[in-house]
Amino acid sequence: MNAAQATPVKYDMEVVRWFSIAAVIYLVVGTLLGVWIAAELAWPSLNFIPEIAFGRLRPLHTNAVIFAFGGCTLMATGYYMVQRTGATRLWSNGLAWFTFWGWNLVIVLAVITLPLGITQGKEYAELEWPIDILIAIVWLAFGLNHIMTVAIRKTSHIYVSNWFIMSMIVMITYLHVVNSLAIPVSLATSYSIYSGVQDAMVQWWWGHNAVGFYLTAGFLGIMYYFVPKQAGRPIFSYRLSVLHFWALTFGYVWLGSHHLQYTALPDWTGSLGAAVSLAMIIPSWGGAINGMMTLSGAWDRLRTDYILRFLVVALAFYAMSTFEGPVMSLKTVNALSHYTDWTIGHVHSGALGWVAMVAIGALYHMVKKLWNTEMYSDSLVNVHFWLSTIGTVVYIVAMWVSGIMQGLMWRDYDEYGTLTYTFVESVFAMHPYYAMRAIGGLIFHLGTLVMLYNVVMTVRQASAARGAAAVPAQA
Amino acid sequence: MSDHDKIYSTKFQDKIERSTVLMFVLVAIAVAIGGIVEIVPLFYLDRTMTHLSPDVRGKVDSKEISPVVWQRETGQSLDDWKPGDGVRPYKPLELAGREVYIREGCYLCHSQMIRPFRDEKDRYGHYSVSSESMYDHPFQWGSKRTGPDLARVGGKYSDEWHRRHLKYPREVVPESVMPNYFFLDDRKVDVARVKKTMEVMNAMPFYPANYTEADIQSAANAGGKTEMDAVIAYLQSLGNHIKFTEGVNYRD
Repeated sequence: MNAAQATPVKYDMEVVRWFSIAAVIYLVVGTLLGVWIAAELAWPSLNFIPEIAFGRLRPLHTNAVIFAFGGCTLMATGYYMVQRTGATRLWSNGLAWFTFWGWNLVIVLAVITLPLGITQGKEYAELEWPIDILIAIVWLAFGLNHIMTVAIRKTSHIYVSNWFIMSMIVMITYLHVVNSLAIPVSLATSYSIYSGVQDAMVQWWWGHNAVGFYLTAGFLGIMYYFVPKQAGRPIFSYRLSVLHFWALTFGYVWLGSHHLQYTALPDWTGSLGAAVSLAMIIPSWGGAINGMMTLSGAWDRLRTDYILRFLVVALAFYAMSTFEGPVMSLKTVNALSHYTDWTIGHVHSGALGWVAMVAIGALYHMVKKLWNTEMYSDSLVNVHFWLSTIGTVVYIVAMWVSGIMQGLMWRDYDEYGTLTYTFVESVFAMHPYYAMRAIGGLIFHLGTLVMLYNVVMTVRQASAARGAAAVPAQA
Repeated sequence: MSDHDKIYSTKFQDKIERSTVLMFVLVAIAVAIGGIVEIVPLFYLDRTMTHLSPDVRGKVDSKEISPVVWQRETGQSLDDWKPGDGVRPYKPLELAGREVYIREGCYLCHSQMIRPFRDEKDRYGHYSVSSESMYDHPFQWGSKRTGPDLARVGGKYSDEWHRRHLKYPREVVPESVMPNYFFLDDRKVDVARVKKTMEVMNAMPFYPANYTEADIQSAANAGGKTEMDAVIAYLQSLGNHIKFTEGVNYRD
């Protein structure tokens, strides 16, 4: 890093700016879709036409938040961090622009095809085979660009964030290729080459590791760069980051089978998944502690630094959901929680509380650096922080209550030894919680609108300042 | 000694951190292992599939229990199969219905995987076994029960009940949150597409359907049927393939 400070490097940041703005827009769109489908479950008359019915929009919601918002955030931060930590420009700026337009083309195609019911029918991997091929090409371009930029770095060591991004690039490539193998019937229809139990295992190997690598390893990479930067302090423990990284990278891959407890998947596979899941508490908490402790000596900054608040609360949610996950993977707990809203609540404590919050913190940090300005309004960042936190809490509490209630109603017997409740009685009992969940999601969504407004005003303010600065120079 | 030369962890870790290639290779190996250990054996361990599992196979061979997978004799058509004869590939109209089921995202709210618990037995029937979904490309086990499990819904309700329920669920079940699927009545099944799908199912590397030419030609009978007819045919085909014998362990 010393060499970098001596001779300032010019970085390729325009593509990062575009990815960052895209991420903010997709966060607004993805959460809006979430609010809409949540409302459809509470008030089913909202399923006006086939194209916006729950079964078609739910995949669009998950694709929008995971691939559109998550993907643009990962590419924005990935390109940003890899240049700054390596004190070098991108290996190929042109390839970076290709990934920007390619990834956005994938998103546009998803928006068109999913509401039309064009789907492979595999959760979180619904997009049809031609789009899958496009995803693979763009992803490999991103991977190549990132890894080659690491290779041409001016620093001696590879920074920890880039280890995580690299593991994500490799694992997502494996997952996407293996899980998406299908035989086409037409351009818009295809069927997975796997069936039944093997397909279930492949699918959840994909499903859990999309969470494990895309939404965890990738965002841990973000955490390892932006938390120390925003806190202005070095990472608490380098050794912990080494242990945490290798344990997570090796171990997370085994967890997928815990989604299939008590199904027709052989017992050994599910038990193995649960055992490794329990063990994963240690590396997960290693990462959370490493992030949290980075703030030691700087905790007072939380009073004034609203961006830091996002990052710290994200770590708290990360610690909570990485504890909840292993608990839910245990057969006894899973017997109750599986098939219920508890799972949905767990996903959202990770997705809203951890992934979105840490991404939002990183995006605010980057916006200030990329446009070399202060935020248009710091108090709006604070408003956004509270909307996000309250929205997330309302959401997950609603799902905890409804999930556990569902599970208990389904297994309840009366004194005569017959089932106490019909299925539809459990559906009816969920109504207040589905409404509450929609409200929680709406609160979170309002926060993203505040962010979009604040970011747009910040960029305008920065452009105006630059324009004003340019006038005297011309005169 | 400059700051860059100091080793803060082990020599090996330090070496990895200095080499892009070494880090890439080690990461690529580390992330591959778990998947290989958990997935690959499912393709060759006999006990994974109910019909290949030694205990169950022995009982089937000695006629102690009904077959798990339909043993089709030459000359038999798909219509010669009777419930209880064992798992069979989908008939053309059912296959068309299954495509609609996937298209509409039914699997997002309905599971097709009954767990071995008392309440699930009372509510849905015998627990599901792996061979029952061997022809399901992709699997339809689902992960959420916003609506009830459908693994054994076949034969539980009349076709007419399904028709009314699918069209406007709340006319039949007032508390339901299911969307209305009335539009399925207006859409016709595309026979050419069904035939092509059957050919694709024959081309599968794992558990191909082995449809005969006659089976594929019989898809013509689906001509004129609506998507509603197809979905109902699919739902009515679910769960009655195997005649389970009480007290026999079908899962290892």
